[in-house]
Amino acid sequence: MTELSYLAAGVLFILGLKGLTSPASAKKGNRLAALGMLLAVIVVVVDLVLDDSSMAWFVVIGGVVVGTVAGGLLALRVQMTDMPQLVAAFNGFGGGASALVAAASIVAVGAAAPTETAITTALSLTIGTITLTGSFVAFGKLQGILPGRPIAPPGGTATNAILAGVGTVAAVIAVITGDAIYYWVAAAMWGIVGVTGVFPIGGADMPVVISLLNSLSGIAAAMAGFVISNHGLIVGGALVGAAGLILTIEMSVAMNRSIANILFSGFGGGPAAEDIGTKPVKRATADDAAIALAYADTVMIVPGYGLAVAQAQHAVRDLAAALEARDVKVHYAIHPVAGRMPGHMNVLLAEADIDYELLLDLDHANPQLPHTDVVLIVGANDVVNPSARTDPTSPIYGMPILNVDEAKTVIVVKRSLSPGFAGIDNPLFYEEGTMMYFADAKAALEDTLTAVERL
Amino acid sequence: MSDAFISGIVVFVLSSFVGFEIIRRVPPTLHTPLMSGANAISGVTIVGALIAAATGSGAVAAVLGFLAVVFATINVIGGFLVTDRMLEMFKKVPGRKS
Repeated sequence: MTELSYLAAGVLFILGLKGLTSPASAKKGNRLAALGMLLAVIVVVVDLVLDDSSMAWFVVIGGVVVGTVAGGLLALRVQMTDMPQLVAAFNGFGGGASALVAAASIVAVGAAAPTETAITTALSLTIGTITLTGSFVAFGKLQGILPGRPIAPPGGTATNAILAGVGTVAAVIAVITGDAIYYWVAAAMWGIVGVTGVFPIGGADMPVVISLLNSLSGIAAAMAGFVISNHGLIVGGALVGAAGLILTIEMSVAMNRSIANILFSGFGGGPAAEDIGTKPVKRATADDAAIALAYADTVMIVPGYGLAVAQAQHAVRDLAAALEARDVKVHYAIHPVAGRMPGHMNVLLAEADIDYELLLDLDHANPQLPHTDVVLIVGANDVVNPSARTDPTSPIYGMPILNVDEAKTVIVVKRSLSPGFAGIDNPLFYEEGTMMYFADAKAALEDTLTAVERL
Repeated sequence: MSDAFISGIVVFVLSSFVGFEIIRRVPPTLHTPLMSGANAISGVTIVGALIAAATGSGAVAAVLGFLAVVFATINVIGGFLVTDRMLEMFKKVPGRKS
């Protein structure tokens, strides 16, 4: 009966994820998955009660109450712009929980565990720990507590390799001898690798890091499922492992870089190109932008991380509404790695009540751009840099970009001419059809709206 | 290897494939809710945490079990709630031609 209930929970997880394949069914899908979780929890509690009347109720209830209050407050209070760090933190808690389940099993069973259980215990412990520490470093970087730029540990990648090697050897000894101390050494080493491994990764590579940590939190849960012989954990964990892996691959494809390159290269730490700011650009005011936008037939808005930083999603919506009132067709082009996590921009624009059908992904936006009158770029840079197409020496050469240079006019809203995350100059800024509007994204959009309304 | 372990591997491999096939079809616009929703599902480790917390004996086991339950509950409750909050915002604006 118990097994069948976990199967039912697993089916609900799968149906839930299937619901997420379309915006119309997504909400129901999420609730189905939550129902599956509730079922799994009820089954385990009933099982525990029938099994053993002397269980430590205060530990269970205390933990659930604390976790519910903390998780609930975080989920209900978070600003949509801060979603990447919240998801990073939740990944960390999930990985940490799986590591703790393994640790509890080590304390309870110790050397008595059969070899296969010992292996999965070691995997759950180490993968869970690296997920915990790596996620909290990612959280710190996204929250601005830790510096966002890449910082390499002393000795660089070699240090990480040594730590990982020692951690792996310790885990193997732990499996063979069953001696708990080796498990703790393995956990400590991999925990440090989580910190020193994520520290050197720069802010714009965060979509890949968060996706990978998401995948690892699932794999850790699946391994914990092997430790306690529970198919509910194995199904749920495997699904999440697959989900995170797909996103990781999609993000790295969108940057035209291998996962290894993103994780180990400390991209973006190099010096900025020297001639930035010395070439002439065409400057625009709110009135220039308003005239270009208001008299266009088609406008494509390209949002980037700068939009999130400036909390400008509502200002974008207001400007777009004013343009639509003048019969301008407005669409949004979203690059896969715009922002700090997969789909970050979509969530922000959805928060501002923008119809998701107006949001175009790379493959749908690019064919439209040659027929677009005005492109309005808000806080994006590298994802619209034409040197990815034209300059084989550029660090981002080969990365699929939004070909905004094919539109008639481009307006770039940007704080200054400073290069983007990759530290490379953007030839788009100096092109004939480009206007640079130097201002904070939110202020610029609001001023442009005022100017449009005066026309 | 025990039968239970082998059936576990079967379940793991098949679930991974099912997950891969379904999730490949999630459109980019839903990638953030997918991630936070999947994240909440990985909180299924709460089952293990509850077992550890309820059955562990001794102070060390109690502390580990308690922390495991707290972490997993944050993951589950927070993950599903925030996903629900996000998906609430994804709507078609009625009457607009796209």
